[in-house]
Amino acid sequence: MTGEDFITFEGVHKAFGKNVVLDDLSFSVKSGERVTLIGPSGSGKTTILRMLMTLTRPDRGVIGVDGDYLYHEKRGDELLPASEAHIRKVRQRITMVFQHFNLFPNMKVLRNVTEAPIHVLGKSKDEARERGKELLEMVGLGDKLNAHPSQLSGGQQQRVAIARALAVDPDVLLLDEVTSALDPEIAAEVLDVLRDIAKTTDTTMLCVTHAMKFARDVSHRVLMFNEGGIIEDGSPEKLFNEPEHERTQAFLRSVIDET
Amino acid sequence: MNEVFDWGGVWDAMPAMLDGLVVALQATLIGYVIALILGLAFALLRRSGSRWVSMPVGFVVEFIRSTPLLVQLFFFFYVLPLIGVSVSPLATGAFALGLHYATYTSEVYRSGIDGVPPGQWEAARALNFSRRRTWTAIILPQAIPRVVPALANYVIAMFKDTPQLLAITVVEMLGAAVAIGSETFRYSEPVAAAGLVYLVVALVMAWLARIVERRFGQVRV
Ligand SMILES: Nc1ncnc2c1ncn2[C@@H]1O[C@H](COP(=O)(O)OP(=O)(O)O)[C@@H](O)[C@H]1O
Ligand SMILES: [Mg+2]
Repeated sequence: MTGEDFITFEGVHKAFGKNVVLDDLSFSVKSGERVTLIGPSGSGKTTILRMLMTLTRPDRGVIGVDGDYLYHEKRGDELLPASEAHIRKVRQRITMVFQHFNLFPNMKVLRNVTEAPIHVLGKSKDEARERGKELLEMVGLGDKLNAHPSQLSGGQQQRVAIARALAVDPDVLLLDEVTSALDPEIAAEVLDVLRDIAKTTDTTMLCVTHAMKFARDVSHRVLMFNEGGIIEDGSPEKLFNEPEHERTQAFLRSVIDET
Repeated sequence: MNEVFDWGGVWDAMPAMLDGLVVALQATLIGYVIALILGLAFALLRRSGSRWVSMPVGFVVEFIRSTPLLVQLFFFFYVLPLIGVSVSPLATGAFALGLHYATYTSEVYRSGIDGVPPGQWEAARALNFSRRRTWTAIILPQAIPRVVPALANYVIAMFKDTPQLLAITVVEMLGAAVAIGSETFRYSEPVAAAGLVYLVVALVMAWLARIVERRFGQVRV
């Protein structure tokens, strides 16, 4: 990748009580880069995505998104805590797909996808519905526009959630184990949808997954997390074929998921 | 004086009872609308991000809940005129009743709001909805349907509390019965008539609440 640094973590620290999850973490991601985060359970991968989505606040450090700080505002040389308006403005560029889908059960499928474009982005109803139908068509659910989320299978719900995320035209898409709650065959279908998206867009992606074949296919870069930090950072070929770190080797041996 | 219970006396009291019923229903319905709206406002304000809002509101709600309705009735009856608000005793009574029950409905709303899974808030944030839109389009449409049955049951409780309005000169059924008693020196028949009307109305309301419950009981989630 040749782009500018788009997302930067500088000296980010996060602890829950005495449990230090991220210790002085710094890394950056370029515009259009697709990065997979791997590592044992509890190594802080979800926490990183949640901090970018402003669902969890870092204790220390700064997070930058395309020149703006997510939790801070520059006032001259000073960094001040960001206002809610500032956070909303920066957050607008980022969205997330969750492990448990989190569709809005009080809205039909199409409205799940059009609600934010209309009420957050200010698109017209017609425009949002056209785009919503297109996206649902793309994830293979063109015939479910008027279904309730509860009438859909898990795999279908997750595909709606992906369409809903793409509908807000994100610069950054965060994917947190989006297929972990699904049966393997269904997971494979969802991963195929994501492969297509990766191929056809230049959206920056941060993806936490145990689907190693998928990670190898779509990512430009893999980060291996362990005990509060990144212990290995490289291309998928390098990291999967000849991991340097002993912990990475052990972790990859333990992951049997080959989807 | 005839000591035998006279059913004819019960029947004679009925016209006055129906006048009283109209008053009781007015107080209940106006009070209920106030309780529904104010209760929601209390629940939302107690969840405000600012402590300067949530703490005082929480204090007021707990205070009102833990003092008797009768005290509140007297308070508004005597204090409102002092601050230049002159409304009918019925309006004062309906307001006090509504305010008192708003402290209960706010707890009901709160349980409904707490029942919405955290993932819904997180998805709302991931799509960058405003706070307002998050509440109106996502949280409340999920929270309120599941508490409709609990809210419906408060109508009956409020109706049964309307006799307390007698303390501020609002004559509903029990008041009408006592008035008849003081003229005729026979209390059992008119009071029995009042009891009968309460029973019938409470049964009708319970039946309506059951219907509401069946309609909203199963929420699609
Ligand atoms: N809200 C929370 N409260 C307390 N501890 C938490 C919370 N969220 C995460 N943790 C802890 O932080 C650590 C890292 O969690 P997480 O980021 O979810 O790891 P991963 O996604 O890599 O499995 C774990 O030890 C987890 O128990
Ligand atoms: Mg995780």
